[in-house]
Amino acid sequence: MPLLIKMLLKNAFRHGLRTGLTIAGMTIAILAFGILTTVVDAWYAGVEASRANRLITRNAISLTFELPLSYYDKIRQVEGATKVSYGNWFGAFYKEERNFFANFAMEAQSHLDIVTELVLRPEERDAYIKDRRGAIAGRKLAERFGWEIGDLVALTGTIFPGDWEFVLRGIYKGRDETVDESIFFFHWDYLNESLRETMPERAGQVGFYIIEIARPELAGAVSKRVDSLFKNSLAETLTETERAFAMSFVTMTEAIMTAIQLVSIVVIVIIMAVTANTMAMSVRERLSEFAALKTLGFNRAHLSFLIFGEAMVITSLGAALGIALTFPAAQLFRSELGQFFPVFNIKPATIYMDIAAAVIVASVSAVIPSYRVAAAPITAALRRIA
Amino acid sequence: MAIPISYSIKSLVTRKLTTTLTAGGMALVVFVFAATTMLAEGLEKTLVETGSRQNAVVTRKGAPSEVQSSVTREQASIIESMPGIAAGAQGGRLAAKEIVVLISLTKRGTDKPSNVVIRGISSASAALREQVRLTEGRMPRPGTYEIIAGSSIARRFEGAKRGETLAFATRQWRVVGIFDAGATGFSSEIWGDADSLMQAFRRPVYSSVILKMADPLRFEDIKKAVESDPRLTLEAKRETEFYAEQSKAMSTFLRIMGTSLTVIFSLGAIIGAMITMYSAVANRISEIGTLRALGFHRSSILTAFLAESLITGLIGGTAGLVLASFLQFFTISTLNFQTFSELAFSFELSFWTALKSISVALIMGLAGGLLPALKASRMKIVDALRSV
Repeated sequence: MPLLIKMLLKNAFRHGLRTGLTIAGMTIAILAFGILTTVVDAWYAGVEASRANRLITRNAISLTFELPLSYYDKIRQVEGATKVSYGNWFGAFYKEERNFFANFAMEAQSHLDIVTELVLRPEERDAYIKDRRGAIAGRKLAERFGWEIGDLVALTGTIFPGDWEFVLRGIYKGRDETVDESIFFFHWDYLNESLRETMPERAGQVGFYIIEIARPELAGAVSKRVDSLFKNSLAETLTETERAFAMSFVTMTEAIMTAIQLVSIVVIVIIMAVTANTMAMSVRERLSEFAALKTLGFNRAHLSFLIFGEAMVITSLGAALGIALTFPAAQLFRSELGQFFPVFNIKPATIYMDIAAAVIVASVSAVIPSYRVAAAPITAALRRIA
Repeated sequence: MAIPISYSIKSLVTRKLTTTLTAGGMALVVFVFAATTMLAEGLEKTLVETGSRQNAVVTRKGAPSEVQSSVTREQASIIESMPGIAAGAQGGRLAAKEIVVLISLTKRGTDKPSNVVIRGISSASAALREQVRLTEGRMPRPGTYEIIAGSSIARRFEGAKRGETLAFATRQWRVVGIFDAGATGFSSEIWGDADSLMQAFRRPVYSSVILKMADPLRFEDIKKAVESDPRLTLEAKRETEFYAEQSKAMSTFLRIMGTSLTVIFSLGAIIGAMITMYSAVANRISEIGTLRALGFHRSSILTAFLAESLITGLIGGTAGLVLASFLQFFTISTLNFQTFSELAFSFELSFWTALKSISVALIMGLAGGLLPALKASRMKIVDALRSV
């Protein structure tokens, strides 16, 4: 066995420059594949992070329509609903339009009671709940703008025009790495009171309700109960699990994600062509050598194995390098594009797919050369001068 | 003295498999580059053609799209009576007060919902959009729950064909016609009577006022009139600019993605070309020596090998481009982040995209072939001839 590995390595590196280049190509391909797969995963991060015991109720027409606050008490009485909170998508930006991030006005106490994956220190939590103008921000968001606790943060509204001032009372961390740490939350009451003064017709409206249910199995039944409460009313509701809700955002941009997935396969096909080319060349140059092995009694299977093994050496070295580089590359991605992909984690599945890709590329690129070696008559091959 | 180009071509033909694989890798890179560029261009073209140079859109100050905008009835009447608005065929003013909302509809054959723009129109709306043609049925009558659907909505959404009904806002809406607006955003909209929709959605405000300018060159006057009136908290934009802004985020995203993918992928293809060319040089050392001995210059050798690599690039580039050109038959329908609504658009192949794609292929050929060709041209005649 060690002898075999030594032979495969020697053969693979007989043409140092060529093999080096092929390995470099493989590294780039695996790196690109890994990052692209992670981009697609990041897109689905919201779905991944959703909890099975939560429902979202919104206006049945579409998300841009609101629901009256009066639904709150009715939903709380629905059998199977243990806690209820509500809020609005606020859609404001910090200083400049390109400084965009997710921000919500939430009923603070019940929101933090339900969304337990947001970890706040007890004193920060108290300070936030007590201060009507208080707000909390995710760790990454606070880092991005250099906010510290106690800072005055002014946001410019797009859906609710005007300048809004908040006092940052807490910086939350995620309980695990699937939690988005770049969201900004503040008191729904603060929004509502301001609206009552400036735009009374828009006050008392809620964008969505979050319902915590006792057990995940109740999701279907509770959704139906909530929706039937408001059937044929002026604002009919649509209740679905948090996962389905998150998914509905993702599916709307599905076309682009499908394109990225396709493209990540294209890069593997490109490197397949490059590796197949390398193998085809190195076998062609050594055709007489293979003929000599044949005369010594090695059969076709042995020779095919040698060629496949050599291809495996090249692709696995490239893949190993590529995988090793994926981690720093992802780190760079996180720091540069964190605002678009708040959660950017390499999944173990991605690494397995990288390894699978290395095996597939090696197999495919060994097929034609193996066939050639097998088909070439010994005499013709021995006579041939490369 | 130059080495005839047929020498380079014949060497490529001799190594069919290698040439095909190298060119194939490049073809895929060019395909990805062309496809993303075509997509970004298709999106831009669709949204740019949605707007007309002659029209202006008035929305709430700072509203990023019509959906987020609100214009009260009083404000709308003030706009309508402003000077500088063109007169229509029947003598009325060509200004339309419209309401734009998003509704969630299900795509045909799936249970996936997507956001669709529904536009409440008034009498002047159709006259303001010359691109819009009714292909089936008739326009909705004012005061009724009748709607007409854009061609790409009718095709892709459940209940949006002529004669079918859509249920939203506690009412049933009958589709009485289908309109086609070519490659514009309107083809992805549903239109109904503004007053009926305002009533059904209980939204007492308009979203925007669209007007045709009597003299498009005097847009600045209209803008000033709108923005200096203290009763209005509104802003006016040329319709072309208004829609071009809505394509910005998405097309920038597509272009950045396309460029970075191309750069990374092309590294792979360049390496492929380099491997091929190095081996082409290594296999022909004595041939190169012979050529030099016959009196061909170093520069001729360099050119011949570069030509070989560039031809590979050209073959790959052409193949990739031909492949990408078939994409023009496809329509992509996806959510535009900026308007939060569904938009259908096609791949658009322009002359410049084609030129850029071929250049990408040639650059890959050049980058892959340069070092090997230099190596070939630097060989000493004696050494080269001595090698077997």
